[in-house]
Amino acid sequence: MERPLTKNIRPGQEPLSLVEYEQAGGYLALRKALTSMSPKDVQDAVKASGLRGRGGAGFPTGMKWSFVPLGEHAPKQKYFIVNADEMEPGTFKDRLLLEGDPNLLVEGVILAAYAIQADRAYIFLRQGYTLAAKRLRRAIAEAYAKNYLGKGILGTGYNLDLRLHTSAGRYICGEETALINALEGRRATPRAKPPFPQVSGLWGKPTVVNNVETVMNISPIIANGAEWFKSLSRSVDGGTKVYGVSGRVKRPGAWELPMGTTLRELIEERAGGMQEGFRLRGIIPGGASTDVLLPEHLDVKMDFDSVGKAGSRLGTGTAIVLDDHTCPVGFVHNLEQFFRRESCGWCTPCREGLAWIEQTLRAIESGAGEMSDLDMLAGQCRLLGPGNTFCALAPGAVEPLQSALKYFREDFVRHIKGKKCPWK
Amino acid sequence: MLTDEEKSEIAEELAQAERREQACVEALLAVQKRRGWVSDENLAEIALLLGMTPAELDAVATFYSFVFRKPVGRHVITLCDSMVCWSLGLNPLYEHLKARMGITYGETTKDNRFTLLPASCMGACDRAPVMMIDNDLYGPVEPGAIEGILRKYT
Ligand SMILES: Cc1cc2nc3c(=O)[nH]c(=O)nc-3n(C[C@H](O)[C@H](O)[C@H](O)COP(=O)(O)O)c2cc1C
Ligand code: SF4
Ligand code: FES
Repeated sequence: MERPLTKNIRPGQEPLSLVEYEQAGGYLALRKALTSMSPKDVQDAVKASGLRGRGGAGFPTGMKWSFVPLGEHAPKQKYFIVNADEMEPGTFKDRLLLEGDPNLLVEGVILAAYAIQADRAYIFLRQGYTLAAKRLRRAIAEAYAKNYLGKGILGTGYNLDLRLHTSAGRYICGEETALINALEGRRATPRAKPPFPQVSGLWGKPTVVNNVETVMNISPIIANGAEWFKSLSRSVDGGTKVYGVSGRVKRPGAWELPMGTTLRELIEERAGGMQEGFRLRGIIPGGASTDVLLPEHLDVKMDFDSVGKAGSRLGTGTAIVLDDHTCPVGFVHNLEQFFRRESCGWCTPCREGLAWIEQTLRAIESGAGEMSDLDMLAGQCRLLGPGNTFCALAPGAVEPLQSALKYFREDFVRHIKGKKCPWK
Repeated sequence: MLTDEEKSEIAEELAQAERREQACVEALLAVQKRRGWVSDENLAEIALLLGMTPAELDAVATFYSFVFRKPVGRHVITLCDSMVCWSLGLNPLYEHLKARMGITYGETTKDNRFTLLPASCMGACDRAPVMMIDNDLYGPVEPGAIEGILRKYT
């Protein structure tokens, strides 16, 4: 099985240096693109591959790029930004990739920036990823030294500057328009869309924001082609996926596997199944802002459409398991505490609604809840749903809550009727 | 007063920035790295260098969880309190630290050695429960291992 994203990663060891990366076939794709492909050709190759964004929403990458105005009349200044803000509970796949093969990311950035004719790029890295920061700095410096970055790259007329920005800790910075405000040095509240960043982004200039894992797919696609990319997958969405499992399993971790691998294979084979004495009660398949699934969904394939049909989202593809010794109400309360704290406070439904949800869940967990709270919570899930808030944080926050109310209703009722948490 | 060293690091960041205010997080962190936190006086000075008003800069500074606008101890201990760490033993860890140091979240030990803070997911859920001290990540952390870890920070 081919693992284009992780083939160079040697667990517990330093990542490849630029020279070693070249010896492993690195930067051949960039050479090929800059010497024999137009920006449009690169876009078309990515479009043909069917690559969909790995940041959570699954937007087709080639299509996203095609909204950037190109040609003589387009704004000259354009930007490409890598979203490495990874702060959603349960998500740790980009850390593995950033620490493991920073050169693959840098090569992907140059290819993507070339495809949209950007002359400046940024990597927006979350707080606390200090090892990733150190390794990225080295990869960037080595790329400058070899003239893969800078002026007249590889003797062509193409110029690109790449800067690493390290953030100071706030989940909302991962939302792409908040990220753009953060990069401009403003308070990181999201912006209204439209206009979309591809037309008006950083300082009003055309800007593309892509996830780390998305960008790391670009060089392999350019090197090997769309058909190869599709053949890696077990589903309609092409490529591999870096999946993860955390919680009470025997071997938590992240693995690159064919897109469309089932939850059962991830949890039972890769993660070694549940720890002794624990049973699986629920699964949050793709990071904290995705709907809960049940053990009956174990045979669902982890691709965008299949997880959608099962009533959740692939999201970031990193699953969290809920075990039978953990209180599901406490579990959801903890999640909503996160979303309440990380809400940027800009729009009222999210700022007030999440606070109300969090306090109500706290009350239910401590035995002070009432049956009418369940209807109120269900109502809040609708009020904070898609279309009612300024950005997607709030709709994401209520996804696990709405499904927990559905699947674990009897646990909520036991708390309320018994006036205490049965797990305590 | 900012030191010359701080000013020159901020100047370096400004030289690379496309607009002056773009360097604001880097500038705040350059000062925090040396002093542990950013005082009102320092914030006003940084704002001047960036061409921002102190209020504009503070709006950014207070937005981030890891820009400290109050003094902290020599070392900052952060516990991940998000879901995976919570379900895999955050509470025993927190109780242990609380008893060991006599402080709760947001407080600093009397000898000014440690400040204890909760933090959102650290992107190391496969190593839950996770704790960071300054820039070092630990996980999975057993309460019994804490003593040995703390000893490294004086
Ligand atoms: C609250 C919130 C947080 C987000 N955090 C991240 C993040 O940390 N990393 C990421 O790649 N995308 C994140 N996203 C999604 C981005 O807005 C954007 O869709 C993504 O970076 C696009 O990249 P892709 O097309 O390659 O998937 C977040 C979205 C929201 C609403
Ligand atoms: S939905 Fe929440 S995070 Fe998004 S803009 Fe509104 S308050 Fe901010
Ligand atoms: S939940 Fe603690 S590191 Fe992710």
